Amino acid sequence: MNILVCIKQVPDTKIIKINPKTNTLDRSSAPAILNPYDAHGVQEAVRLRKIHGGKVTVLCMGPPMAREAIKKCVEIGADEGYLISDRRFAGADTLATSYALYKAIQKLMKQDGIDLVLCGKHAIDGDTGQTGPGIARRIGIPPLTNVIKVEEVDLDSQQMKVRRKIEKGYEIIQSKLPCLLTVEKEINTVAYSPLPNMLRAARYEPIVWTVDDLEDVDIKQLGLKGSPTIVGKMWPPAKSEGAKMIDGDVKKQASELVKHMLEKRELFEVKGGEQA
Amino acid sequence: MSEKFDVIVVGAGPAGTSCAYTAAKNGLKVLLIERGEFPGAKNVMGGILYRKQMEDIIPEFWKEAPLERPVVEQRFWFLDKESMVTTSYKGLEWGKEPFNNFTVLRAKFDKWFADKAVEQGALLINETVVTECIVEDGKVVGVRTDRPDGDVYADVVVLADGVNSLLAKKLGFHKEWKPNEVALTVMEVMKMPKGSINERFNVEENQGVSVEIFGDATKGALGTAFLYTNKDSINIGVGTTLSGMIKKKMKPHQLLEDLKTHPMIKPYIEGAESLEYLAHLIPEGGYDSIPKLVGDGVMVIGDAAQLVNAIHREGSNMAMASGKMAAETILKAKDLGEFSERNLDSYRTDLYDSFIGKDLKKYRDAAHTFEEHPQYFEQYVPLMNRAMNTMFTVDGTPKWDKQKKIMNSFTAGRGKLGVAKDLYRAWKAVK
Repeated sequence: MNILVCIKQVPDTKIIKINPKTNTLDRSSAPAILNPYDAHGVQEAVRLRKIHGGKVTVLCMGPPMAREAIKKCVEIGADEGYLISDRRFAGADTLATSYALYKAIQKLMKQDGIDLVLCGKHAIDGDTGQTGPGIARRIGIPPLTNVIKVEEVDLDSQQMKVRRKIEKGYEIIQSKLPCLLTVEKEINTVAYSPLPNMLRAARYEPIVWTVDDLEDVDIKQLGLKGSPTIVGKMWPPAKSEGAKMIDGDVKKQASELVKHMLEKRELFEVKGGEQA
Repeated sequence: MSEKFDVIVVGAGPAGTSCAYTAAKNGLKVLLIERGEFPGAKNVMGGILYRKQMEDIIPEFWKEAPLERPVVEQRFWFLDKESMVTTSYKGLEWGKEPFNNFTVLRAKFDKWFADKAVEQGALLINETVVTECIVEDGKVVGVRTDRPDGDVYADVVVLADGVNSLLAKKLGFHKEWKPNEVALTVMEVMKMPKGSINERFNVEENQGVSVEIFGDATKGALGTAFLYTNKDSINIGVGTTLSGMIKKKMKPHQLLEDLKTHPMIKPYIEGAESLEYLAHLIPEGGYDSIPKLVGDGVMVIGDAAQLVNAIHREGSNMAMASGKMAAETILKAKDLGEFSERNLDSYRTDLYDSFIGKDLKKYRDAAHTFEEHPQYFEQYVPLMNRAMNTMFTVDGTPKWDKQKKIMNSFTAGRGKLGVAKDLYRAWKAVK
């Protein structure tokens, strides 16, 4: 079973700062990391490989420093990593990104054949969740988003069953292979990598492709030119006021707390005399 | 079977990286293991990097290393409550090649240095903790890490795992350090505009200042505080021996807080914004605390070997020199075809014959003398301040009387004989 995982290197948004004057991300303020959802994608691919055999390949678009993110995937257990890196890819939104990745995937499909494509649910820097489904539509395979569990894979009949997170609970759906999954964090725990993987990753050099290595590329659909999205304005979310301290004895504190919860948070909404 | 290397170096600080760099450059298969997210992530020092020992490893490193400012002025402040006596040396030749020393930020510098070792062919893995040495028939043959399938083997394991060196301790090379063998230092990196630094410290754009502070900064305990200028931040910190801190019941963070609000210090850091808070133990036991350095298939370097000259605040340079010496010894042992304690022992003799052994021997009693006789820090620093005040306050008193008063103030507390003894003792300790 050949599995391809699409990954992205992102700034660690837990600590990134926004320049208050220009309202742009100050990328130097945060280290670049492997998008956490993508790590779960790689982990799932490694798990499936253990059961069904085959190969795990990762694909990333980004600047040369994105090599590090691919090496991280090798630590988790990926066999091979491709980086598509070219100035002509720069400034891409999700439309242009999915096009570029699609072109690379076409080439990889010719090379090895691909049974399954995995993506993280979304990247933590953009939060759009569009690139995964975008790739699926371009390849012409079903996108199954927000997957929390792979229920079954049947290679003989080329079918798989997955559990998808939906607003109230989950649903189980079946799809033919190949298909594309975008995965949630619940799907697995990213394991502490074994030492042999660490040694392999330290030595590993990803394969780098430029636009010229891909076939039949419509340059107009790449990078900034191929990106209709315009970021109108960016601003940091308003800071929360922080905790409010309730003083007094226990009785007073408890009643204050309940009063606050009723009024402010509408946690216990009273309807027709019954608590909802 | 797990992989086997020529050398495994545990810890990517200045000592470990120097060793890995030198060994890899000379064709050995080297594995460098770091527990932090990246080399430098967990490493702490006041912030002075010495040129000489670094240059011995990478010539003209200043042309590409991430350095802050070359230090052109070294100041010493003897602090009392509301006054200080200062002395300094400023030399513009220190601001030109080949320089004397630099201020650095370790998170940047150590990462760069480790990348250099990788360029030479060393294999670096991060976020991996070595839990113990693998010993077979009394010989160290590899290390065990906390990762699954985590054993890895080598002809020689070099322990550069820092001040506590749990690995050397597990091998029985040293016991748990006593409180007077380590100092506890806390520091902050504070953001400050370039212009303010240049103005307040009276330097130009690419000139740095190091300030060593004695006396009230440590409440009279044996130790120092410091203030170093980076490009657009400053390092401020204070440390005393752990035993001093215990004896005086001082809390390290309070010591730093008091330093920052001290009327002599405050104007220098006014408006600076705290970027990072760091704390670390420093091995300051000196000559007599140096542990067993060599065993069959194993060597100890850097902080793990207690290689710090507390009096001259040198440590990273000794770490680098020891790492280089260890690598050179391994190369010689490889030619001999055996990595026994006997073949590796020239590292120990080289180390003791070098400036490291000689300097540490020179000051072997210094720290202990000052620790056992607190009058140097507790009494003489305030006395110096009062003497200056007496001498330079113009109040109509004849200068002869002033001198007499000063002499009396010195002998009043300690007695003439006491002062003479103190002077002799101090001289003996550092001679």
